[in-house]
Amino acid sequence: MPVTETELSELKEKAKEIRKDIIDTTVAAGGAHIGGALSMVEIMTILYHKYLNIRPDHPQWEDRDRVVVSKGHAGVGIAPVLAGKGYFPKDALSTFNQFQSRFGMHLDSLKVDGVDVSTGSLGHGLPIALGMALGARLQKKEWKTYCILGDGECNEGSIWEAAMAATHFKVTNMITFVDRNRLMIDGATEEVMGVEPFCDKWRAFGFIVKEINGHDFAELGQAIDFALNQDGSPVVIICNTIKGKGVSFMENEVKWHYGSMNSTLADQAKADVEAGLN
Amino acid sequence: MAKEITGTTWTVYDSDTLTQAEIYGQVLCDLGDVHPEIVGLSADLANSTKIGNFGKKYPDRFFNVGIAEQNLFGIAAGLAKSGMLPFVSTMAAFVTMRAAEQVRTDICYQNLNVKIIATHGGTSFGPAGSTHHCTEDIAITRAFPNMTVIVPADGVETANAVKACIEHEGPVYIRIGRGFEPAYYKDEEYGFQIGKAVEINPGTDLTIIAAGITVLQAAETARILKETDGLSIRVLNMHTIKPLDEDTVLKAVEETRRIITFEDHNVFGGLGSAVADVIAASGKGCAFEKVGIPDCFAVVGYPEDLYSHYGLDANAIVEKVREVMGRDFEEDEDWEDEV
Repeated sequence: MPVTETELSELKEKAKEIRKDIIDTTVAAGGAHIGGALSMVEIMTILYHKYLNIRPDHPQWEDRDRVVVSKGHAGVGIAPVLAGKGYFPKDALSTFNQFQSRFGMHLDSLKVDGVDVSTGSLGHGLPIALGMALGARLQKKEWKTYCILGDGECNEGSIWEAAMAATHFKVTNMITFVDRNRLMIDGATEEVMGVEPFCDKWRAFGFIVKEINGHDFAELGQAIDFALNQDGSPVVIICNTIKGKGVSFMENEVKWHYGSMNSTLADQAKADVEAGLN
Repeated sequence: MAKEITGTTWTVYDSDTLTQAEIYGQVLCDLGDVHPEIVGLSADLANSTKIGNFGKKYPDRFFNVGIAEQNLFGIAAGLAKSGMLPFVSTMAAFVTMRAAEQVRTDICYQNLNVKIIATHGGTSFGPAGSTHHCTEDIAITRAFPNMTVIVPADGVETANAVKACIEHEGPVYIRIGRGFEPAYYKDEEYGFQIGKAVEINPGTDLTIIAAGITVLQAAETARILKETDGLSIRVLNMHTIKPLDEDTVLKAVEETRRIITFEDHNVFGGLGSAVADVIAASGKGCAFEKVGIPDCFAVVGYPEDLYSHYGLDANAIVEKVREVMGRDFEEDEDWEDEV
């Protein structure tokens, strides 16, 4: 279903709230992978507030849609979304990274309700998501598996092993996103290890590619609707995004892959978010 | 000619003419009937590992992912997450080294119900050379929390292990050979239980703790030494390396005071190291020797030649027992507070 005008304004408000929660959590955690958390906010927001069939009061509900955030270092971009859905209280996020907290920078599926898969080591998510999708198909279940990849992690060979297999097994109940923010720890993706021509690579592996603005809810909605109605080939949605999106001093800055903030800086960041900086 | 041996649950074929892998393949096919949640996976080794038999019977529940072991174990983790029961087979070297991180992080960390049948363990694929030997796998898998590590003695025990691992929640690593290894067991009825050693020969002078192909050789050693030297050798089939049956090891320390471990694995990190941990922690005097591959990349050759070369056969172990029998050590007679 296309994103309506009402939904659009609601999603935008949600995204702002999530960004502010990410900033607060980063402060509490003493540092986090905030750049890549902010770049995928719209993807997470539209999934959790429009598309996912989930029951936060019953996290292990068998027929729920699954989400595999393969770029697991963006845990600080996941936990606030889950808290916002009611999986656990928001104030629990204040323990992030602390001794014996259930929340570490890479979230543990056995400790955090709503996290379907423990990720963190890059290149692992797509194979796992593929296995989940095959499992759903074998059991004739309707639930979908959504997988969010980082662009840098597409250097990993295991991503392409899974891509090859997804096409071979004609998996269409898995929808893959790439958060194409063009930065990794050591610099620009195209300087560290180029992935371009990126869309062509996915096409060569048999995927239908939708390339969109990953911060535009209408484009995201169209691409997801398209993917949900495919029955021939797997679909990947290449989301062109901005690392650190929404915070003036973080946008497109390599150093904000991981960073910490004091409350003054956090207030400035939240003011940027509130102002809806583009 | 293959004769059939009737087991409790299914038919185990003559283990002298079928390899461990063939028996495993047959058993898994039979289990597939009663467990619709079982799925099979391999990485272009469906035929070599015999999981292909399952694939022929249940094509919809079998995935050959091609030569891509990282993806193999990632998919297995995902299938387990979705409620299926994956059995994954490829060669031990590729399970535990190529895909070690997927096995550790995707499967063990999430404590997923994935059963791994690793073939060609140790030097059993002798002529293939060190790329295809795997004398490190027990050390590696033993260090993964949540993992259960089983090294069956032969095809019959492999059948028992496969059956038992279905009832056991969590990841299990079952390490078998290439096949063609002679069998020790004649039937399944000896009380196989994960984590519980089987005493296959009673004895009071020395204990040989074996796992995998060395079990048969250890039994033969005990028989020879009884005849030639009048020695009473206890032989333990320690099929489960993790969790180790520590009580049975301690009992052997107490009652025989001399222990030799015996395995087709590097002497570092395998069965011998696991047993050594228990002996050391007991604080008791015990003459102890680890027999295995002496921290080297093994030479090329047929397995029986390699076993002979590295002292992994009855002839060599007989000499090793005589050596250890002559060794002095300090005993502490007070066992009451220990066992």
